[in-house]
Amino acid sequence: MSDSILFELVSPEKLLISKPVAMVTVPGGEGEYGVLAGHSPLITTVKAGVIGIYADDMEVLSERIFVAGGFAETTQTRCTVLADEAIPVKQLNRVALETEAKALEGKIAATPEADRDALLALQEIVTAKLAVAV
Amino acid sequence: MPSLKDLKNRIVSVKSTRKITSAMKMVAGSKLRRAQDAAESARPYADRMARMLSTLAGNLTITQSTPRLLSGTGHDQTILLVVLTADRGLCGAFNGSVVRETRRQIRELEAAGKTVKLLCVGRKGRDLLRRDNADKIIQSFENLGRKGLSFADADIVTTEILSRFAAGEFDICRLVSNRFKSVIAQIVTVKQMIPFAVEKAANENTEAQAAVCEFEPDEESMLEALLPRALGVAMYGAMLENSAGFYASQMTAMDNATRNAGDMINKLTLNYNRSRQAAITKELIEIISGAEAV
Repeated sequence: MSDSILFELVSPEKLLISKPVAMVTVPGGEGEYGVLAGHSPLITTVKAGVIGIYADDMEVLSERIFVAGGFAETTQTRCTVLADEAIPVKQLNRVALETEAKALEGKIAATPEADRDALLALQEIVTAKLAVAV
Repeated sequence: MPSLKDLKNRIVSVKSTRKITSAMKMVAGSKLRRAQDAAESARPYADRMARMLSTLAGNLTITQSTPRLLSGTGHDQTILLVVLTADRGLCGAFNGSVVRETRRQIRELEAAGKTVKLLCVGRKGRDLLRRDNADKIIQSFENLGRKGLSFADADIVTTEILSRFAAGEFDICRLVSNRFKSVIAQIVTVKQMIPFAVEKAANENTEAQAAVCEFEPDEESMLEALLPRALGVAMYGAMLENSAGFYASQMTAMDNATRNAGDMINKLTLNYNRSRQAAITKELIEIISGAEAV
């Protein structure tokens, strides 16, 4: 397949995916972008969102994976995403996420404003997860 | 001369010690395998992170606005040593050698007129250093990754180091830890963490790529985001090697202990049999000489 691109998804703990695909869409820090073979070299941040994998056909979305943020490096022949956390969208549990969001809200209200940064970042991720969960 | 009963008791107690050490050896062996697997699977992320960083750094000349994690503070007065050891002992010279190297570093740095601060990760390092360098320890972590080390554990340490760096508490950060070379060899290494030492792009291919690479956002904000992450990855890698090294070292130590216990049992059994024989002979002599006298 000359028109495929090597897609790699890596979390700090392990290499999650490494396979040739037709196209991937990556939620870049400055906007979502699609990667086809021969993409110009690009290094970018990744924000919380969904990576779409089009394994064989550019028209058929075969897999959706939620990432909590990270970095992506794209060259002409491969696209590497270093994700902080990666979960297939199918495995996101709406009910569990809603309880988590509620608990977080309570925690944020109970923390003094100066120390909220970490919690707020976590809340953003949970909100992003909720937005894509089914 | 210990009595027969005493000898018997010693043998029994050494036997149960041997059971314990051989069980510990096996546990350490299986945990070692798991730790090695974890270290193995963390490597791709670290490799790719290094590649990205070298592309980035290759494109950048150090200026005023370069993140301080890369360029340094411009001083080298205060040095933070991060001492990475295990939480438990019974592992030979594993913890001791890290502590010895740390002490050597402290002596050298202080002789050069620098200020040294210590941050201990792992209970044993803290316990050993507390005796003579208690005033230098600014913080210690223990029981990290009890149930399998995760990146979050390493992140706790890194976040702490970064916030202290941001507060200007130190200029240079070095990590003293055991590098896992093989099951029987762990080598104490000192690694510079801050300012971050980026391996420059080695081959021409990556350099050529770097020349045309685009960055989004720009290089500097990218570095700003990437460097803390890279530090976390380096820390995580070191902690994984530390845990693999610990189990390897414990396995070797327990193997030795088991062998020693075996030798000791042999020696004691020989002793026991000899004294038993001697007692029997003595009794026989008594009977015979009694019979002769009659």
